[in-house]
Amino acid sequence: MQRYILNHLRELEAESIFVIREVVAQFEKPVLLFSGGKDSIVMLHLAVKAFKPAKLPFPLLHIDTGHNFQETLDFRDNLVKELDARLVVGSVQESINKGRAAEETGSNASRNVLQTITLLDTLEEYGFDAAMGGGRRDEEKARAKERFFSHRDEFGQWDPKNQRPELWNLFNGRKIQGEHFRVFPLSNWTEMDVWQYVLLENIEMPSLYFAHDRECVNRKGVLLAKSEYIRLMDGEKWEKMHIRFRTIGDMSCTGATVSNACTIEDIIQEVAAARVTERGSRADDKRSETSMEDRKKEGYF
Amino acid sequence: MSNFSNNGYLNMELLRFTTAGSVDDGKSTLIGRLLYDSKSIFEDQYEAIRLSSERRGEHIVNLALLTDGLRAEREQGITIDVAYRYFATPKRKFIIADTPGHVQYTRNMVTGASTANLAIILVDARKGVIEQTKRHAFIASLLGIPHVVVCVNKMDLVDYDQATFERIKKDFQGFASKLNVQDIQFIPISALHGDNVVKKSAKMDWYMGATLMYLLETIHIGSDLNLVDCRFPVQYVIRPHADEYHDYRGYAGRIAGGVFKPGDRVMVLPSGFTTRIKAIDGPEGPVKEAFAPMSVTIRLEDELDVSRGDMIVRENNVPKVSQDLNIMVCWMHPRRLQLKGKYAIHHTTQQARCVVKNILYKIDINTLHRKQEDLEVGLNDIARISVRTTRPFFFDKYQLNRSSGSVILIDENTNETVGSGMII
Repeated sequence: MQRYILNHLRELEAESIFVIREVVAQFEKPVLLFSGGKDSIVMLHLAVKAFKPAKLPFPLLHIDTGHNFQETLDFRDNLVKELDARLVVGSVQESINKGRAAEETGSNASRNVLQTITLLDTLEEYGFDAAMGGGRRDEEKARAKERFFSHRDEFGQWDPKNQRPELWNLFNGRKIQGEHFRVFPLSNWTEMDVWQYVLLENIEMPSLYFAHDRECVNRKGVLLAKSEYIRLMDGEKWEKMHIRFRTIGDMSCTGATVSNACTIEDIIQEVAAARVTERGSRADDKRSETSMEDRKKEGYF
Repeated sequence: MSNFSNNGYLNMELLRFTTAGSVDDGKSTLIGRLLYDSKSIFEDQYEAIRLSSERRGEHIVNLALLTDGLRAEREQGITIDVAYRYFATPKRKFIIADTPGHVQYTRNMVTGASTANLAIILVDARKGVIEQTKRHAFIASLLGIPHVVVCVNKMDLVDYDQATFERIKKDFQGFASKLNVQDIQFIPISALHGDNVVKKSAKMDWYMGATLMYLLETIHIGSDLNLVDCRFPVQYVIRPHADEYHDYRGYAGRIAGGVFKPGDRVMVLPSGFTTRIKAIDGPEGPVKEAFAPMSVTIRLEDELDVSRGDMIVRENNVPKVSQDLNIMVCWMHPRRLQLKGKYAIHHTTQQARCVVKNILYKIDINTLHRKQEDLEVGLNDIARISVRTTRPFFFDKYQLNRSSGSVILIDENTNETVGSGMII
């Protein structure tokens, strides 16, 4: 009977495809949140598999902080073109211009928190009732408590203490008008699973994930890439480093790691040997012990 | 690529297990030990819980903080909700559903158990088999978890005494004989010191069995899913709007049981029409056979009217078709189950409404006795009920197939999931 066993990557793949199909079956207007990071790229890859040979039955939504790496935007646009997919962009800059959001000030200013406002406004504007995100439970302790189908009230809030129980593979996507769901098809994937799958499936990844030379500043152990969004503080200086990014977010808060990993195989070996979590280099998670939970309750990704 | 396939990185099995224990049984310590010894705790995680432990005035690093992620849990020092943890060894990838052990949290245990291949039940060697142990064993059996591992913990506090271990084993077996668990194993451990968790204990040479980690890595899970009775709940119909696929009509879904092959004669429920499978498309392209739990797209020889909620089965092996279901329900909401009440009911990809016709008995999960005098079914209660659905369901007994034998009940006013049911 040994041949009737799926290996862990194929089982995770089967689970995620099931979840993505369930979203399209249960909701009227789903959308796939696409950040240009590895998790959303893998999620998109799975979504394409879930519906082929038909086209994707939902658009992609990118919340653009205006502080993205140019590489991320180029990669996004190429992929969208290649898949003949529909892309909706929610702009944080526009939210600020309209007075919906106010820019943070200070040397650690970031638009990370502001994304929530733009995200919720965009979901409402287009009437999206289910937003699929690439969040994984292994990323962060508040995310470890997430459901696959995560209910959001009319304010977009998450109530972690009062979540619907989720059993077997029976997903309850019922809601009233004005509420929506966040769905996490990659819930059970780890960082390692994602990279192994990228290798197995030969999925193209943005160049930022591979080691390259870049000017960075070391701020309390977080290596931030040189950009117009980072102002040097006293005693800081730009240094040329050989780095790569383990996660890709805003230029203002995504830390790099010193690395020589040039191929997916190298990255897998690096992840296997890593002694800190991938979000260990995210300044946005370091604001407090429960900063992820606090942001998620408000409607963050 | 080849060196990764060779050393197994890309070809591991996935084992899902749940952990159950009473408060202070050392469950968090055990999980911490498994994660720590398999090098799955990262330095920044360890540093974060070390600082938290310090802030809380605790002298040792509290590994429970690894699993208690929510603010309220940290403040109250209790686990409120199921937390999922991940680790891998070169042999397997593991998903732990870590469920709180408090009396009132049966619903979380049921949730964690619903997808598990294996349950670890922790027993404090000083206390032996207590009511909560029985409750955990009962839930593991009710939820059809194929493998149960009883870890008799804190052996260090009973001088690694063999007689204590044997007595607890006998007590547990006595109780478990009334349950339906196929595979029970016992391991004497000390999670705190690591005895028999990952490394074999030097202090219990009388124990000839495997360590917990060895067991988790090697236990045979290939027969856990039903590979005999073919069940394919249609999840979604794929119809590309492109000229080149003008005639394409694919039925997408996840195989709930059995093995399907192109050429198989199949029947579609509820219509009862029969046809043959023309092709099966897997995520990697066409496949010669497809089995549970694969997500595939099935194409049929004949053009039939098939939609979400229908089920494709083998002609000579059909599930039960009925509007009347007998289920063991675990109630998951403070608002009580209403006799004659109407609920939304989800089963595979079918969604309908149902009315609760009868509450037959409640189960006292400490004694396993049936209670017929008190039929109020509230949060965490387990009861046998009968419901009638608005249209026929196609189902199997939960014991035969956890996927085609399970339902959830939803309150139609609040949309909350209020009950989980196993079809009898």
